[in-house]
Amino acid sequence: MRLAAALSVVVAALFAASLLVGPAGIGLGDSLRALARGQGDEAVILVMREIRLPRALLGLVVGAGLGLSGAALQGLLRNPLAEPGLIGVAPAAALGAVIALQTGLAAAFALALPLVALGFAAATVALLLALAGPRGTLTLILAGVALSALAGALTALVLNLSPNPFAAAEIVFWMMGSLADRSMVHVWLAAPFVLAGMAALLTTRRGLDALTLGEDAAAALGVNLRRLRLTVVLGTAAVVGAATAVAGAIGFVGLVVPHLLRPLVGARPGALLVASALGGAAVVLAADVAVRLIAPDRDLKLGVLTALVGAPFFLRLIWASRRTEA
Amino acid sequence: MSLLTLEALSVHRGACPVVDGASLSVGPGEFVGLIGPNGAGKTTLLRAALGLLPHTGHSSLAVLPPVARARAAAFLPQGREVAWPLPVAALVALGRAPWGPGPGDGPAVDRALDRLGLAGFRDRDATALSGGELARVLLARVLAQETPLILADEPVAGLDPEAQLRVMGLFAGLAGEGRGIVASIHDLGLAMRFCTRLVLLSAGRVVADGAPAAVLSDANLAAAFGIRAFRAETADGPVLQPLSVLR
Repeated sequence: MRLAAALSVVVAALFAASLLVGPAGIGLGDSLRALARGQGDEAVILVMREIRLPRALLGLVVGAGLGLSGAALQGLLRNPLAEPGLIGVAPAAALGAVIALQTGLAAAFALALPLVALGFAAATVALLLALAGPRGTLTLILAGVALSALAGALTALVLNLSPNPFAAAEIVFWMMGSLADRSMVHVWLAAPFVLAGMAALLTTRRGLDALTLGEDAAAALGVNLRRLRLTVVLGTAAVVGAATAVAGAIGFVGLVVPHLLRPLVGARPGALLVASALGGAAVVLAADVAVRLIAPDRDLKLGVLTALVGAPFFLRLIWASRRTEA
Repeated sequence: MSLLTLEALSVHRGACPVVDGASLSVGPGEFVGLIGPNGAGKTTLLRAALGLLPHTGHSSLAVLPPVARARAAAFLPQGREVAWPLPVAALVALGRAPWGPGPGDGPAVDRALDRLGLAGFRDRDATALSGGELARVLLARVLAQETPLILADEPVAGLDPEAQLRVMGLFAGLAGEGRGIVASIHDLGLAMRFCTRLVLLSAGRVVADGAPAAVLSDANLAAAFGIRAFRAETADGPVLQPLSVLR
């Protein structure tokens, strides 16, 4: 409980920082007045309400969703190396986005990109469940890995055959993941899916706790494993599909955040869910503020930063656990 | 009153029956040892009885809704699996899941820990315990579930002699208090000494069911296990020691 309160304070502070940091260099008082009451310079109101607010909201929602779905998937698979990308939905959403960019749909109609990406994510979940069906968790993961590989190959094919180097560059940049230049429409598009997915994932707390003892023991404790599996997969798919559709691929958040917070919640998978949602929001908001501070005019991509910081950090964790085991 | 009734319970893997028409009934106060050679279907019988496997025939537990079943019977699986480094008290508290969070949880966990001599282990990391300690912690989880019936799959496998005697003594004590226990067990000597009744499985069928001395007859040992054994009545109770392979 104290941990959740402390993390909430951190998230609130980073949300405020995300609203206040940017190339426009607007003063604190001006920006808050413009945001809250719509008073002041037209340009300032526009920057605050149309640029910074959606960016901060997306950071909050996407980060919370990624952290939560990573924790839920690790709990379901009883494996600390599981991450939301494992079920193949993120690569499929990326493929949809790439096709929208390549065909010019995205240029013709602003929401075409996230909508096509969402469509691909939904189709992939349907395919995943049809393939893995009611059978065990292992089949589910193998099907997810196969679908990820297929989506990755098709994305590479689209890039490979791209006749236009500018389109190819645009695709590559999009895939790096970013929250820059998103509008409130993106928020309204992604938030319902992410929030619905998060609500579904939060119902799995007791089931994931019981799974600590293995599938047989959990089932004998009254957990409906089929429903638990379905809830985690559909919840993760809704979160990751919508997050990827509006923000591209933001890696390592769903993997590192649960790993980092696990010792602070006594390793209980259920308690880890809320903590990881808050932790994920904090990490994505912080990274999104950092890309604006580190290289204000180079458009450093959020996904690049999370992987760049996340990977060495993760290696350090592995190094530390290696030493305690030795 | 019966805690568990199986009628013609069968489990098929492909066309091959793994459990073949098993019928038995377990009442309060019984400590039933489920014996039989490897592959006889002991684990499959326990899992099917709980409804964890597709089966034909009838099991009084499998027909219950999941939560009602979890309040009627607790299950100790064979693999001592603990996925996350939970503190011992939190792991034992998982046994309270079927009852929902309530004021009875704390005392139930305390009773289970005390009964297994684990009061000093509350905050220890469950994944950093020795095999014997972990076995006791997982048993405490089962006790915390406070069910009239306990199904345990090879609860004494891999334990040292002291721990084996303690676990068997605990089950015998629980049966003495009116609970029902069904435990699969390979050590025929322990089964003979502690169980109130034995059920012998061979190739998926119940081939003998009754008092330990009657079930562990020379003929049954030869037919089901292919062994002969030394048997004696001592001041400490009956003793059975497998001696040699017959075939």
